[in-house]
Amino acid sequence: MKTASKIYTALIMIFLFAPIAILLVFSFNASKSLSVFSGFSLNWYKELFKDTETLRSVRNTLILALSASAISTVLGTAAAVGMDKLRNRVYHAFLDTVTNIPMINPDIITGISLMLMFVFVGRLFGAATSLNFTTMLIAHITFCLPYVILQVLPKLKQMDRSLPEAAMDLGCTPLRAFFKATLPEIMPGIITGMLMAFTLSLDDFVISYFTTGNSFQTLPIRIYNMTKKTVTPKMYALATIIFFVILTLLLISNTIDTDSFRSSGEDRKARKNKKNEEAKKA
Amino acid sequence: MTKTAVKQRKSFAQVFCLTPYSVWAVLFIVVPLIFVAYYALTDNSYHFTLDNLTRFFTATSQVGDTEVRTYLVIFMRSLRLAVISTIICFLMGYPIAYIIARAPAKTQSILITLIMIPMWMNFLIRTYAWMTILQDTGILNGFLGMLHLGKVHIIGTETAVIIGMVYDYFPYMILPIYSVMAKLDVRLLEAAKDLGCNSFGVLRRVIFPLSLPGVISGINMVLVPSISTFYISQKLGNGKFYLIGDAIEGQYVANNLHFAAAIALILMVILLVCMAFLQRMANKHSAV
Repeated sequence: MKTASKIYTALIMIFLFAPIAILLVFSFNASKSLSVFSGFSLNWYKELFKDTETLRSVRNTLILALSASAISTVLGTAAAVGMDKLRNRVYHAFLDTVTNIPMINPDIITGISLMLMFVFVGRLFGAATSLNFTTMLIAHITFCLPYVILQVLPKLKQMDRSLPEAAMDLGCTPLRAFFKATLPEIMPGIITGMLMAFTLSLDDFVISYFTTGNSFQTLPIRIYNMTKKTVTPKMYALATIIFFVILTLLLISNTIDTDSFRSSGEDRKARKNKKNEEAKKA
Repeated sequence: MTKTAVKQRKSFAQVFCLTPYSVWAVLFIVVPLIFVAYYALTDNSYHFTLDNLTRFFTATSQVGDTEVRTYLVIFMRSLRLAVISTIICFLMGYPIAYIIARAPAKTQSILITLIMIPMWMNFLIRTYAWMTILQDTGILNGFLGMLHLGKVHIIGTETAVIIGMVYDYFPYMILPIYSVMAKLDVRLLEAAKDLGCNSFGVLRRVIFPLSLPGVISGINMVLVPSISTFYISQKLGNGKFYLIGDAIEGQYVANNLHFAAAIALILMVILLVCMAFLQRMANKHSAV
C-alpha cells in the first residue's frame, strides 16, 4: 500500500473506532464526567450489575433471539426446500417478492405495519393491550425468515442433485433421503442463516420498538429507555461489555471457520444490494 | 412404487414445505401492508377518508412569522439530510473500498472485519457515543480546550445529525462497493494503462463504471435507513430537527395510528419510486 492509502485507512479507522474507544475509557471513569478522566474505577460496572431491570432485559433478549432464530430457521429451511423445487412460475414470483419485502422496506414501515395489524386484531377481540411477547416474536420471525431462506436456497442450487436420487435408488424413502443426503449438504447454509437470524434479532431496535408492549423489554429497548433520561456512565459499562462479547464471538468464529462466518456478517448487511442485483437481472 | 405415486409424494412434500411459509408471508408480510393502506385511508371510526393523506400535504404551522407546511418541511429536511449523508458516505467510502480491494488478501480480510465490528454494535449505542463526544461539555470540546482552540457548538445542529447518520451507516456504503471491486478483473486496468490511460483515466473510464452496481446498492443501503431514522435526530439534534421517522414515531406515541399509517404509506411510495429510479439508472449504465 502507498503511504497516502495507509494514512487514509488509518483516518477512517480512527473515525470508526474513536467513539467506541471513548465509551470504553469512560466506562472506567471514577466520576460522572464525560470529558475529564478523574481516575480508574469499576463503580459503573457494579451499578450495572445491581440494575435488575437491565439484567432482565438481557435475559429477555436472549429468549426472544433464540426462539425467533429457531423457528425462522425451521420455517425458512422448509420454505427454501419447497421453493427450490417449485415449478409454478406465478407462485414462485409471488414468494420471491414477499421474501424481498421485509428486506427492502425500511424497518420503521415493517414495524408500523405489523403493529397496526396487531392492534386491529387485538381490538376485534376486545383486548386492552394487544402488544406483548408473542407479537414481538412474530415480528422477529418475520424479518428473520428472508435471511434464512436466502442462505439456504443457494446451497440447494449448488448441491449435486444426484445425491438424494441415489439415496432413493438405494431404497431410502424421500423423507429419509432428505435427512440423509440433502440436509448434510445444505447444513452450512442453515447454520449461517440461523446465526444471522440470531444476531439480527439480538440487535433489532426499530421493529421491536413498535411491536412490544410494556410487559416485555429487550436490551435495545432498555438502552433506548435508559438514554431517554440523563447520561450515566452505566450505559458505557454496558456498551463495553457488549463490545467485548461481540469481539470475542467474532474472534472465536473467525478461528473456527474463517470463511463462512465472516461472509455471513458481510452477507447480512450486503443482502439487500445482492438481492437488488438479482432483481435487476430478472 | 409407480411413477405417479412418487409424483404425488413429491407434491405432498412440496405443499408440506411451502404452505407454512406461504401462510406466514401472507399473514405477516402482505396483510400488514394492506393494514397500512387501510389505516391511512380511514378515520378513527374506520370510515373511509382522505383526510390523513391531505393532512400530510396541507397541515401548516407557524415558524417565526411565516406559516409553513409542517410535514412537507419535515419530509424535505429528511430528504436533504439523508442525501447529504449519503454523499459524504460515498465520498469517504469509495476510496477506502478501493484501497481495501487493492490490498493483499490477508490485509483485505482484516480491514473488512475491522469495518464490520462497529456495525455489530447496536446503533443506539453508536449514536449515543457521538452524543457524549459532541456535547458542549463533551470530549471534543475538552480536547479543543486543552489545545486552547476555543469551543465548538455542534450538538443540536444539523451537522450533528449528519455526523450521526454518516457514522451509523458508513459501513453499508463500503461493503457493497468493496465486494464489487474485489471481483474486478485486474487485466482490464492493465489494458487501459497499456492503451495510454493515466491513473485518473483508469479510475474514471474503467473502475468507476464497473463498480457502479456496488455504488448504487451502497446508496440504497445508506439512503433508505437515514431517510427513515427516528433516533439520531432526537439524540444529536436535540429534537429540533424533526425527521419523517420522528413524525411517524411521534404520531404512534400520541396514538394517532391513522395519521402515522398515512405518513408511513407516503414514505413507502416515495422510497419505492426512488429505488425504481436508482435501479433504472443502474440498468442503463450496465447496458452501455
